[in-house]
Amino acid sequence: MASLKELKNRIKSVKSTQKITKAKQMVAAAKLRRAQAAAEAARPYSQRLAKVMGSLATRVSGDSAPLLLRGTGKAERHLLVVVNTDKGLCGGLNANIVKAAKLQARELIAQGKQVEFYLVGRKGRAPIKRDYAASVKTEYDTSAVRNLGFTEAEAIADDLVTKFEAGQFDVAHLVYPVFKSALAQDPTVVQIMPVPTPEGAAMQAGADAVVEYEPDEETILGELLPRYIRTQLFVALLEREASEQGASMTAMDNATRNAGDLINKLTIQYNRSRQAAITTELIEIIAGAEAL
Amino acid sequence: MALHFELVTPERLVRSDEVYMVVVPGTEGEEGVLEGHAPYMTTMKDGALKIYKTEGGSPEEIMVRGGFAEVGANGLTVLAEHVEG
Repeated sequence: MASLKELKNRIKSVKSTQKITKAKQMVAAAKLRRAQAAAEAARPYSQRLAKVMGSLATRVSGDSAPLLLRGTGKAERHLLVVVNTDKGLCGGLNANIVKAAKLQARELIAQGKQVEFYLVGRKGRAPIKRDYAASVKTEYDTSAVRNLGFTEAEAIADDLVTKFEAGQFDVAHLVYPVFKSALAQDPTVVQIMPVPTPEGAAMQAGADAVVEYEPDEETILGELLPRYIRTQLFVALLEREASEQGASMTAMDNATRNAGDLINKLTIQYNRSRQAAITTELIEIIAGAEAL
Repeated sequence: MALHFELVTPERLVRSDEVYMVVVPGTEGEEGVLEGHAPYMTTMKDGALKIYKTEGGSPEEIMVRGGFAEVGANGLTVLAEHVEG
């Protein structure tokens, strides 16, 4: 049985842990609100761009289409862009993202393809390197940036486009968490390069057939495709931010509650042993007095 | 009747307004868009977007980079990657 002093110290340490988890939970709750607002504000742009892209993509086809749309014609070398968080204390979020990425990698390798990784965020590095150390080609560090914005998305996307045009890979997939709620963040895999033609685009193409283009469709499309990829990355970064805060809030809420339970249990134990000590002392005194 | 004008960046919806005319710095020349313009799409040069709130009034200028303009049934939409001022 632990001594009184040991128990007292234990209770003190659990209490200070609880203070930390509680503070982290409140910070995450506040940041979550901001991250959600940012994700919301980004929606009009990405929706409109997707719509324009859809109607343009159906119009331009065949060999005249830009490289980013028609692809290299092969599907041998795959690039997985995995978006992880930079900080921990967010429950199973990063583990889930890595799991989804590894699953995708295994499937592709089983089909005899080559797989490379492009890692964004610090927390994905260690677990992915454990299994695919040789395939990790690039790591983009976002940990120094306080407010993740379009600039970072731009830098990553431009890097990807350059690599794609240089023929370093044929297909790129983006793995990122989609924020559903504070309790659920689903890791999602989407193809970003070559740009897939948005669904339902063929149907609405007929409706605005009289649109004038300046310059011609191919040029506009050539300009818009990199922008579209940038936007997708930007959305992924925003989703990551919201997911991180949401997951962190839930995880820290659980941790705070567990710490509370532990403190209660330890306090009971402490009181019991204190009483036991007093009782023993009393018995000793009485026994001593009787012996006289 | 006024032209419905929207300026959108990846970060937010900057402006959603009823205006008289907007001068768009298209890659192939500046172009004024009034209400009832035919459906039209153009990429934009980096430059100033001039917004005329009323006919004959002095324009308000917004610097945009990486822009794209679309005129459709519901007015003019400018998608820009960066907006200053």
